[in-house]
Amino acid sequence: MKDLFTEDIKEQGMTLIVKTVVQGLKGFIFLYGVYIVLYGHLTEGGGFAGGVIIASGFILVMLAFGRKYTLGKLGKLMAFKLYCLGALAFLGMASLAVFFHGRFFTNFLEKLWPSGNMALFSAGNIPLYQIAIGLSVAAGLFMVFIILAVIRVVFENGKGKLITTEKEDKKSRIR
Amino acid sequence: MDILIGILLVFMAMGAIIALETTDLLSAVVSLGAMGAFSSIIFLFVGAPDIAITQMVAEILSLVILIRATISRDLTTLEEDRDFFGLVATLTIIFVLLLLGIEALRLLPPFGTPIFTENPLSASNRYLNLGLKETGTASIINAISLDYRGYDTLGETAVLFTAILGALAILRVYAKKKR
Repeated sequence: MKDLFTEDIKEQGMTLIVKTVVQGLKGFIFLYGVYIVLYGHLTEGGGFAGGVIIASGFILVMLAFGRKYTLGKLGKLMAFKLYCLGALAFLGMASLAVFFHGRFFTNFLEKLWPSGNMALFSAGNIPLYQIAIGLSVAAGLFMVFIILAVIRVVFENGKGKLITTEKEDKKSRIR
Repeated sequence: MDILIGILLVFMAMGAIIALETTDLLSAVVSLGAMGAFSSIIFLFVGAPDIAITQMVAEILSLVILIRATISRDLTTLEEDRDFFGLVATLTIIFVLLLLGIEALRLLPPFGTPIFTENPLSASNRYLNLGLKETGTASIINAISLDYRGYDTLGETAVLFTAILGALAILRVYAKKKR
């Protein structure tokens, strides 16, 4: 936590009060999002709502602490890799069902270990699908926010040019 | 119960009118957020907690993105007159939809009775009766969207993936190789 209060991170983001509150709150938001993803087969929510909650937690950290600290924790390339991992896991589990039962999306774990007892480890494939969807939605929405917040179009000499707003913010006129 | 939903609908209408008539963009975005919050509470009262969670979270996310887009571009007020033809077209469409909506509302069964259960072989009967036994999950919504109709969820994930791939392909900064 000592790296939060170095000089260059101190001048980005919001005031000290906001930073202290978010520092304590970001763990609970992340935990709540993971809870909604994991219990998706028992209570409401599931992968999509839980993924959006996790992405909102990351966006809160980016708004409060500035760009540099958040991109150090989860950069654009890592978010894209997590997103691809989630989508591939979803497709891979659906394709694996072809080897077990010959049809594309069968719940093969449910047929191996049938259970209707509303426990956490029940309902076969469905919690694994929820985890894959939650991971991909969280990483994808955070990546959309990074694209909107970091990359801008700057007009120079009549032509548009894409810059990342870390180095060239002060020199070019942003339209 | 109906009175409560009526009061919340009046607040929603007030929020929408404020969002239209104010000239400060930040106030418009905030009152849009208030409208979404009231809509989420209405969903909770009519018995759909799933939709309430998703509505609230998606509302907050789109609000944050909109605020970030309006504040950081030095565009905080909007000074344009309204177009007359656009106004006439909007009012016509709203009026036609209102007439059709009143007619459709008259033909619906009362609130809370399922529509397609007269036929015992229909799909909804099978989902309701055999849902817990076949899939083993208590939440019938997630069972339908990931077990019975999982292919649609695959399509939805593919749409999200393609949209983000398209955005990344357009906004690449280092597109050419350095010579």
